[in-house]
Amino acid sequence: MFELLGIPPQVLLGQLLLGLINGSFYAVLSLGLAVIFGLLNIINFAHGALYMAGAFVAWMLLAYLGIGYWPALILAPLIVGVFGIVLERTMLSRLYHLDHLYGLLLTFGLALIIQGLFRNYYGISGLPYQIPDLLSGGHNLGFMFLPNYRAWVVAASVVVCFGTWFMIEKTRLGAYLRAATENPVLVGAFGVNVPLMIMLTYGFGVALAGFAGVLAAPIYSVNPTMGEQLIIVVFAVVVIGGMGSIMGAILTGYMLGIVEGLTRVFYPEGSAVVIFVIMAIVLMIKPEGLFGRPV
Amino acid sequence: MFRKLAISSAALAAMTGAPALAQDIAVKLGVLNDRSGVYADLSGEGSVVAARMAVEDFKAADKGMSVEIISADHQNKPDIGSNIARQWYDVDGVNAILDVPTSSVALAVSDITTEKNGVLIDSGAGSTSLTREQCRPTTVHWTYDTAALATGTGAAMTNAGGKKWFFLTADYAFGHSLEENTARVVEENGGEVVGQVNVPFPATDFSSFLLQAQGSGADVIGLANAGGDTVNAIKQASEFGITQAGQKLAALLFFVTDVHALGAQTAQGLSLTEAFYWDQNDDTRAWSKRFMDAHGSQPTMVQAGVYSGTMAYLAAVEAVGSADDGKAVVAKMKEMEFQDPLFGTVTVRGDGRAIHDMYLFEVKSPDESTGEWDLYNQISSISGEDAFLPMLEECDFTKQ
Repeated sequence: MFELLGIPPQVLLGQLLLGLINGSFYAVLSLGLAVIFGLLNIINFAHGALYMAGAFVAWMLLAYLGIGYWPALILAPLIVGVFGIVLERTMLSRLYHLDHLYGLLLTFGLALIIQGLFRNYYGISGLPYQIPDLLSGGHNLGFMFLPNYRAWVVAASVVVCFGTWFMIEKTRLGAYLRAATENPVLVGAFGVNVPLMIMLTYGFGVALAGFAGVLAAPIYSVNPTMGEQLIIVVFAVVVIGGMGSIMGAILTGYMLGIVEGLTRVFYPEGSAVVIFVIMAIVLMIKPEGLFGRPV
Repeated sequence: MFRKLAISSAALAAMTGAPALAQDIAVKLGVLNDRSGVYADLSGEGSVVAARMAVEDFKAADKGMSVEIISADHQNKPDIGSNIARQWYDVDGVNAILDVPTSSVALAVSDITTEKNGVLIDSGAGSTSLTREQCRPTTVHWTYDTAALATGTGAAMTNAGGKKWFFLTADYAFGHSLEENTARVVEENGGEVVGQVNVPFPATDFSSFLLQAQGSGADVIGLANAGGDTVNAIKQASEFGITQAGQKLAALLFFVTDVHALGAQTAQGLSLTEAFYWDQNDDTRAWSKRFMDAHGSQPTMVQAGVYSGTMAYLAAVEAVGSADDGKAVVAKMKEMEFQDPLFGTVTVRGDGRAIHDMYLFEVKSPDESTGEWDLYNQISSISGEDAFLPMLEECDFTKQ
């Protein structure tokens, strides 16, 4: 069979698939960021910490209450979402009339506090969380061994991402949301409860982070630093896709996962920076991002 | 709580000079390690607890020695570690610095210690440079080094039939040094290295690299990394069916807290080398129980090493009669032989390398394991002479 730059095709196919899996996490996380930025104009730096919190909540549900993976997949995002709503009501809502920078600083501080608390209570080594029995094992695809759980991650993220996109872009509720961000006073005058909508949107965006955290818990160890490492990459994804663009966040998430996966074969040392190189290039050529509306 | 009270009242009694003994030696120890970052669980506050237990067990107060312990976080940064060490020696009157994980920080502190004539008893760092290229007459390297880890795990797995090795190497000084040490041991034992990949540090997703290792046809995948990186690599190797398909993993630096984080389900069958395990004999169990009561988790070999190194240091200070001259205290340590409840017989070689047995362990399967911390089966022990690299001529400071 053909070889591409000395890489056997089965390795290449395997890496493409792995890239897609990692891209699933990028997509769900950057989608949450994009929703929050698009509708609230808040650069949510606490997103990584809330992703980590999602994983921890899943672990706590199992360790303290004996609640397994499947219920946790619903419960943990709900709990994280409610926590997000509390944050929004008590702190973020006071900043809407100020510059973006204040929201960024506040959420950055929150992220440090949340991480610090988990680190203090649970240590730095991380905690084990098993793959649910139903999804353990995997299939040999010929070119690689695909763990069932990873296939599930891709499927779940695709459904959640496109469900969210559909809700915001194609439904009446989404239309209200988009209108409220353009002109909250006018939409409020039509009898729509704008503050409630904003609160629920933030809660939903944060719940997406929590959901990604639960998905990640069985693959990566449940660790207080897991969000810290991811959040910078996810921000780069959002910037490349175009701040606030829902479809941009989703597609760029999957795309960059694949690019990163391929870099790992051709030049492993560069795989940690390739996304930032792409970000720099995109910002030079198209500052509003690949899918962003021109500024 | 009770113990804390006892220690502080003992320290108070010592400070106020209540026991007016003929010999009155003041010693100040500084535990310098990572208290918030990736190595906080394996060293951190646990090492301070271990040092306190050493002072208590040495019965320093009864011997007319007043021992004070302070601690600080070097955040794994050499500049921060150096500043703290300087301040400790210059301003706070510290006599000896303990622990210091992260090789880059340890090497910096080792230099300052010589300059200030203090003592460095290193437990947490892995670099062999501490007693070789950058050996110093005031440095004692207590617990382990990368060469000892390589000798243990590398030789054992090669001799057990793992002839072809592929390395996943953390792309920084420590990872490269560990890979180099292990590759040498593998080749000496008739094995070969069929490939390697430099993994950016830190990394969370190892699946791509594992797939490359799988494709290489190696018998053994050597993990030349540490902490969270190793945990994630092992977890994902199991997920991708790599270990089930017959390839073995060698975790070259792995602590009991890491195995605990991973769980016996995922870590089972893994071989690793350590200087100490809590469940080895009655002495280690008794000590570890006290440690567990005080700290809430089982001790790592780094924390045990802080205890054992502190005991040895205090014995040498007592023999010298003063803690002021660091070089003299270390020279005395090199003359003595220590009978240690945790490490057995320990001697300190001319270059500052502490010589004691190392052990090869295998992680138990969940069926064998009877509790959360019941994690290892001991496979074999490696004598100190075999485990550590031979001494370089120019580093034998006892001859000078």
